[in-house]
Amino acid sequence: MMRFSGLNLIAQAFSGHQSWPEQWPDKAPKAAYDVIIVGAGGHGLGAAYYLAAKYGITNVAVIEKGWLGGGNTGRNTTIIRSNYLYDESAHLYDHAVKLWDGLSQELNYNVMYSKRGVLMLAHNVHDIQSFKRHIHANRLNGVDNEWLSPEECQAYCPPLDISPNARHPVLGGALQRRGGTARHDSVAWGYARKATALGVDIIQNCAVTGIRRGPDGAVLGVETERGFIGAKKIGVSAAGNTSVVMNMAGLQFPLESYPLQALVSEPVKPIFPCVVMSNTVHAYISQSDKGELVIGAGTDQYTSYSQRGAFHIIEHTLAAICEIFPIFTRMRMLRTWGGIVDVTPDRSPILGKTPVQGLYVNCGWGTGGFKATPGAADLLAHTIAHDAPHAINAPFTLDRFRNGRMIDEAAAAAVAH
Amino acid sequence: MLLIHCPYCEEDRPEVEFVYGGEAHIARPLDPATLSDEEWEHYLYIRRNPRGRHHERWRHTHGCGRFFNAVRDTVSDRFEQTYKAGEPRK
Amino acid sequence: MSGYRLPAGGRVNRAAPLDFTFDGRAHSGFAGDSLASALVASGQMLFGRSFKYHRPRGILGMGTEEPNALVTVDRGGAGPGWGRRTPNLRAPSVPLYQGLTAQSQNRYPSLKFDLGAVNDRLGAFFPAGFYNKTFMWPRSAWEKLYEPAIRRMAGLGASPTERDPDHYDATYAHCEVLVVGGGLAGIDAALAAAADGGRVILIDEQDELGGGALSDQALWGEVADKTMALRRLGNVMVLTRTTAFGYYHQNFVGAVEQLTDHLAPAQASGARERLWRIRAGEVILAQGAIERPLVFDGNDVPGVMLSSAGRALAVRYGVAVGRAVAVMAVHDSGWRDALALKAAGVNVVAVIDLRGEVAADLVAAVRGAGIAVHLGHAVTQVAGRHGVSGVTFAPGGTGQGQQLAVDALLMAGGWTPTVHLWSHAKGSLRWDDTWGAYLPDVAQENCRAVGAGAGAWDMGAGLALGTLPGPKPIWQTKAFVDFQNDVKARDIDLAVREGMRSIEHIKRYTTNGMATDQGKTSNLNGLQIASGSLSKPVTDIGLTTFRPPYTPQTFGALMGHHKDALFQPIRKTVIDGWADARGAVFENVAQWRRARYFPQGGEDMHAAVARECLAVRQQVGMFDASTLGKIEVVGPDAAEFLNRMYTNPWKALAPGRCRYGLLLREDGFITDDGVSARLAPDRFHLTTTTGGAARVLAMMEDYLQTEWSDLDVWLTSTTEQWAVIAVQGPLARAVIAPLVEGIDLAPGAFPHMAIREGTICGVPTRLFRVSFTGELGYEVNVPAEHGRMVWEAIHASGQAHGITPYGTETMHVLRAEKGYVIVGQDTDGTLTPDDAGMAWAVGTKKPDFVGKRSLARPDMSAPGRKQLVGLLTEDPQEVLEEGAQIVADPDQPVPMTMLGHVTSSYHSATLGRSIAMAVIADGRARDGQVIHVPMPGRTIRARVSASTVFYDPQGSRLDV
Repeated sequence: MMRFSGLNLIAQAFSGHQSWPEQWPDKAPKAAYDVIIVGAGGHGLGAAYYLAAKYGITNVAVIEKGWLGGGNTGRNTTIIRSNYLYDESAHLYDHAVKLWDGLSQELNYNVMYSKRGVLMLAHNVHDIQSFKRHIHANRLNGVDNEWLSPEECQAYCPPLDISPNARHPVLGGALQRRGGTARHDSVAWGYARKATALGVDIIQNCAVTGIRRGPDGAVLGVETERGFIGAKKIGVSAAGNTSVVMNMAGLQFPLESYPLQALVSEPVKPIFPCVVMSNTVHAYISQSDKGELVIGAGTDQYTSYSQRGAFHIIEHTLAAICEIFPIFTRMRMLRTWGGIVDVTPDRSPILGKTPVQGLYVNCGWGTGGFKATPGAADLLAHTIAHDAPHAINAPFTLDRFRNGRMIDEAAAAAVAH
Repeated sequence: MLLIHCPYCEEDRPEVEFVYGGEAHIARPLDPATLSDEEWEHYLYIRRNPRGRHHERWRHTHGCGRFFNAVRDTVSDRFEQTYKAGEPRK
Repeated sequence: MSGYRLPAGGRVNRAAPLDFTFDGRAHSGFAGDSLASALVASGQMLFGRSFKYHRPRGILGMGTEEPNALVTVDRGGAGPGWGRRTPNLRAPSVPLYQGLTAQSQNRYPSLKFDLGAVNDRLGAFFPAGFYNKTFMWPRSAWEKLYEPAIRRMAGLGASPTERDPDHYDATYAHCEVLVVGGGLAGIDAALAAAADGGRVILIDEQDELGGGALSDQALWGEVADKTMALRRLGNVMVLTRTTAFGYYHQNFVGAVEQLTDHLAPAQASGARERLWRIRAGEVILAQGAIERPLVFDGNDVPGVMLSSAGRALAVRYGVAVGRAVAVMAVHDSGWRDALALKAAGVNVVAVIDLRGEVAADLVAAVRGAGIAVHLGHAVTQVAGRHGVSGVTFAPGGTGQGQQLAVDALLMAGGWTPTVHLWSHAKGSLRWDDTWGAYLPDVAQENCRAVGAGAGAWDMGAGLALGTLPGPKPIWQTKAFVDFQNDVKARDIDLAVREGMRSIEHIKRYTTNGMATDQGKTSNLNGLQIASGSLSKPVTDIGLTTFRPPYTPQTFGALMGHHKDALFQPIRKTVIDGWADARGAVFENVAQWRRARYFPQGGEDMHAAVARECLAVRQQVGMFDASTLGKIEVVGPDAAEFLNRMYTNPWKALAPGRCRYGLLLREDGFITDDGVSARLAPDRFHLTTTTGGAARVLAMMEDYLQTEWSDLDVWLTSTTEQWAVIAVQGPLARAVIAPLVEGIDLAPGAFPHMAIREGTICGVPTRLFRVSFTGELGYEVNVPAEHGRMVWEAIHASGQAHGITPYGTETMHVLRAEKGYVIVGQDTDGTLTPDDAGMAWAVGTKKPDFVGKRSLARPDMSAPGRKQLVGLLTEDPQEVLEEGAQIVADPDQPVPMTMLGHVTSSYHSATLGRSIAMAVIADGRARDGQVIHVPMPGRTIRARVSASTVFYDPQGSRLDV
């Protein structure tokens, strides 16, 4: 792997950038691997990288039906934060945030993690109670999150309208300064490059069509468009398509896949310094390095694999944005797109073993998967390597839905009285 | 915005008049107390979530208020048909 | 200074001159000009700076494909803090009006001398994807140094910083046939469709119909005749200045109409833009085609533009792009354009074509017009930085070069049918070698494409090239593919060498096609170059997905009417106005606004709430409870239905009596509660929480319709039909007694938790004797239209008893003193009835109710569950913060083991101390124990009380 650096960039410039090697080679699948990861998004590529880098398992293939990073990794609004309420969630997401810090250096690939701060707005007394609960819980969990007055919110994010006459006036906000954004494509590419340098094969345009199991029920490998590929351990990291892959192993999952849209404006000079989220108004927004306002919409109401959503969702999203940031009504929407998010009944992920020996799963991230990328990847790798979950992902089992030990962040935050 | 045929109103109406109701033909067990935890979990949470033909419930909330069933392709989002609640799986 | 106005011709109105400014300099043009045509007419060829390298740029195209000539237009303010500045508008699409004020963008200090252009000198160090490879050391420098610098350099125009005084309209339309695109193909399609008698809508983004025909004088007459014919038809609606931006499911098409931006601000009135949400039986796409630039060294010098742009300038606007113009063609259309320009009076000096052979009639005609012809040649170099001063061309692009003194160069690279909307609607595409482009193939909706957009238009023949052949290797050229984003052919080549094989990777790595034109001129060229670099056919590389919107659209238009008061209409009770007039402070609860407290004489909330609380405890208070959700449950099986829904038993409840009901989700967690009354054997009046009304009704309808359709029950929302006035306090009976008729208020006749029907103030009432305060209390339900009158009558009647209006905050304190739970505050969707201390409300003898089976799951009754308990701080004046976390050992290291959190906390004026409720792991077993609430810098000690009731635990004040 040729080292990336400013010096190297300058040196290459003088030879017309003719000598940059392939960032990841295109491989034909081998007959068998120690581990197969299904799904070459950030989570799957990251798992392959950590398997190789941390657990010494390099005979790994990542199999992808399309192009790597082309699912939710390349379609999200790139928000990173860890100020979750429950211990289980806070530990999970903070594990990821700690890995984000330093990921560029670790991968020798600038993923542009930028701690711009994530500000969540409170618009009513219930929001205040809920956010204070988060802030106190986060403080005792060692996760930064602080309360800002409306004036402090505006100082942190000048475009914010804090007029008390607004339909949903800003009564304050919870700020996680370590929260921020990263460059989504770079995360997938950075993991892909480093993983392949460590011996991992990435096989693109190769849909998995079946999971073969032995007489004892344990996995033997995957059937693909390019033939059978053996592996005693298979990690599924297929986001919105997890139900489809799990069906191949005879498993039905507590998952539903919904369309989620996002959009960007035309690029403008720096105007928006941080990430702002409002659950009450249903808006979240940041500005990319390129200058586009990056805006997340809500899910459509029905399940779908179409990567396409309805216009009225966009209509309401922009209304929400302009409600909080009225100076943006003359801005123009440049591009919209859709992803498929897999949602569990308690809106928390499933990360661990499955009832099938040798089959591991990382799914159910809903709208929150990007921020967890390095953490989820590392924990999936750990679980595969040890055939047992790490303490951090141990609570995120499949059988919590049978036992009732839910990790329901949404229930804890959303109910109005 | 989808255009949905309400089998009660017998009209195509815009999606915003309807509320999605999840997978169809999952009947609540008649005597839940006799179910194992696994069977109860299956009723509560396990969903087919298919890529393709999906049986699902909709309610014409801002119309007649009735629940009905639909078959929709989750890849194209195209409705194959809608039918009244209580009718057998199509 | 090469462009100029031709002495005659064009569709502009030379009798109507218009003055405008660009970068502060005065110019003039004519009515019918666009900003771009007027500027070129006055010799301005430099329009802007590119995104990355800040290279000087002119116009490339004269339509929505324009990537370079982006300007900021300021239509003036409307007082301090209100402004009408819009960045990133495409100059060719900005209609000229008197007084137009435009500025160039992305340059400092001026368009001609831009310091950012240093990026261009250093461009070799910033190839595609450079930011992935550097800026990593030292670690903190990315955020502090590199990223801010990159951000300042990027971003094109500046965002508005003031509020927008304009407003926007939105509407719906339905039609049998929607035609998108008003060129001749679209006009013909609309005329044909109209003949069937159905409603037809024809949409075009320009200010007049005609499309490409506006650049062909021979077709003007036909356009005029057919436009007239359309206008005469009663069933055709023609929308010009309207862009169909997105094609969604089932022939739903979104469009935005420009209403005022083409007018001088003083003449503009009404909405600025209008959103059209159109549902069509059939959609006919006639979006036309966009010309492709040629990719060669120097193709971005201002003055090098699409051949179609030069033609539009000459024919439509009467503007010559230069004093001496050459055409570089690989397509017949360039030859036709040369002839059209010549006919319009432009000095076309040469047509250069890479092809060795071109249709003889074209060659003859061009030669005949006195234009030199160079077959088998390609332009290899363009001289000039801010404008073209000459070109070099050579046989095959590699032979001996010749100089040509021209000040403008037109590129004819072939045509790309516009298939954006087709693709939005998931129509499939097929590659067509003749066009060198993708064409519509199989539609997924009731939709068809016509005209050039379908490949069904005679544009002539030509080549589809990646790059023009040239003397230098690709990595030594500055041959631009995506002009705005500064993506060069060599960037695409680099991406391929670095392993990017999918066109999506190439696009994302190089940003080709991601500029504000979304690849209208760059996608196909990018594909061809990648195809060459990968040595694979174009069709093996894939195609990036077209996404709405077709062109950028204003947020204000897209959000419809959902702004200000209509963003989410606020719900107000009929008593709201009374409270407002009394200076109440309000809070938002769900969609409602509710009076929170009624301050008197400068009181703060603390003082007002203390006064209101004491008034209720000692005399009487009144409270607007109208927001409570209400559902009328009627039918022979009503009691059976409620018995199945709620945790507690309902069948034995006698008519005239009330019961507290607790509602679980099927997963066993509390979702709602409320006191409900049985009015008759087959009729119940249910109440729900304020925020839960719609959710509960939907949930009940679901069970009733789909699980228990055998039950004969009807559910009706009556939330808005009843105004509810709570009269609470020891003197409550005395206050309402004079107003009530037909109800015996005596305690024996009308006990606690009963309901009676009668009249109050002469209007019918359902009078509940219930209490959420722990005092004697009534909830007066009257038809909403009488609510204000009855409220005022009770208030008047209560004057003698010191009646005090109170708000939600006082209600919260009073109920907390009594340990009453607020669902959503003390419970959060993760608590079971037992967790909430309400096991008493669960009918254990009932065989089933919603949520019962879930309560039997192992973890729902496992030790360690959080339970709702009371909490008393050791310092009685210390009021805990709601949401504060609770630990057993405050000295443990972080991360601490948390036991739970404070759900409700108030100062109780009645008790003279603070009170709180909390959910704590195994809370009830900790009765009497001290727990700790660690706050920043200090820790608060408090004692657990298994009971949450702090006041009148016997309930003796209720039963009077």
